[in-house]
Amino acid sequence: MDFNVIKDYLPLYIKAFMLTIKIGWIGIALSLGIGVISAFILHFKIPFFSAVVKVYVELFRNTPLLVQLFFVYFGLPKLGISISAEACGALGLGLLGGAYMAESFRSGLGAVKLSQTESALALGMKKGQLFTSVILPQAITLSVPAVVANLIFLLKETSVFSAISLMDLMFTAKDLIGLYYNTTECLFMLVIFYVIMLLPVSILGSIVEKKARFKMFGD
Amino acid sequence: MGFEVLLKGNNMLRLLGGLGVALYISLISVAISIFLGIILGALMTLKNPVINAFSRVYLEIVRIMPQMVLLFIVYFGATKVLGLNLSAEVSAVIVFSFWGTAEMSDLVRGALSGIDTIQYESSAALGMNTTQTYFHVIIPQIIRRLIPLSINLITRMIKTTSLVMMIGIVEVLKVGQQIIEANRKSSPNAAFGVFATIFLLYFLACYPISLLSKYLEKKWEN
Repeated sequence: MDFNVIKDYLPLYIKAFMLTIKIGWIGIALSLGIGVISAFILHFKIPFFSAVVKVYVELFRNTPLLVQLFFVYFGLPKLGISISAEACGALGLGLLGGAYMAESFRSGLGAVKLSQTESALALGMKKGQLFTSVILPQAITLSVPAVVANLIFLLKETSVFSAISLMDLMFTAKDLIGLYYNTTECLFMLVIFYVIMLLPVSILGSIVEKKARFKMFGD
Repeated sequence: MGFEVLLKGNNMLRLLGGLGVALYISLISVAISIFLGIILGALMTLKNPVINAFSRVYLEIVRIMPQMVLLFIVYFGATKVLGLNLSAEVSAVIVFSFWGTAEMSDLVRGALSGIDTIQYESSAALGMNTTQTYFHVIIPQIIRRLIPLSINLITRMIKTTSLVMMIGIVEVLKVGQQIIEANRKSSPNAAFGVFATIFLLYFLACYPISLLSKYLEKKWEN
């Protein structure tokens, strides 16, 4: 391990790290938005739209991100739809994540017990009140573990971006290995940067999960 | 639209062959993962502090490291540091088994700790010994819980093996790129047709398996 090499490469890695984080979080924000909307459409069984959402969720849950990115980045321009690598990465992550988030939120909504609805109705609540003050808070708490797992999964999936020549951590490491052959140092830094990116999310995630469980069951 | 390129020569067959390589690697990895995962998962329920500490570190590593990084570490790192000359296929199987074993062991641990104490107590009250309790009461229940989850693991493994093209294994995406390159002059739009087809092929490979997993989960719910 040569620490001078590490010092030299550090700025490149930091730049790549920032890009990875930026696209990762844009993608995650997109996926949360798509996921919530899709879950509502599925839960309320809105005609036509729920069929579309079902197809979307199954298509994106059953194909790898790499294939989706290749299709969007190399395939779609042939039809005249051309987008930049960064937009493609964020969009791909958003669509993949949206499909997973939709499932998590939907199962959260579905897991609220029927007795809760019945009790709320018996207390004279309106449909709107029932949803916003009884179902929704419980559904959110119930979907926390799945959402945290999805967050980590999506942040990990950002490593695939290197395939569409986005200058992310993976791409930088591969590039530097190819150029200077300092494999050990490059891989070491790659691991360190992914740990910096994901360990806090993982730890925070477990704390939030515990809090959510406490709120739900009090244990 | 570029679909015509797949009808030329044996291009479609080559694409399917590429998918075959990906499926082959994922099935070997799943088999190893399920076997090792069951052992590790069972060990984790013993509450041995050493095993617990080890498995926590192991699971956390797998939880936060992208599979692509692990692939690079094993394929490029192992060669450089240990002087091992692993083929790309072997490295892929090692990495995916490493990842799959962690996933599987967590599922097994969850299934085992999900069995109520009352099951053991009732069996004991009926005069069963430990072996009988496990074979007639505990294991059948665990298998019902685990089979849908392990089938789900297969689809995830298939999706993850698309990464192996990054370490130079010629699988479906790589074959697709080769076909596109070879026909750049005659069908310039091949990229759309080929990648759309690969998209669909992956879907056709994974969707039936996901459906089966969902069906079994519903069927064996209680």
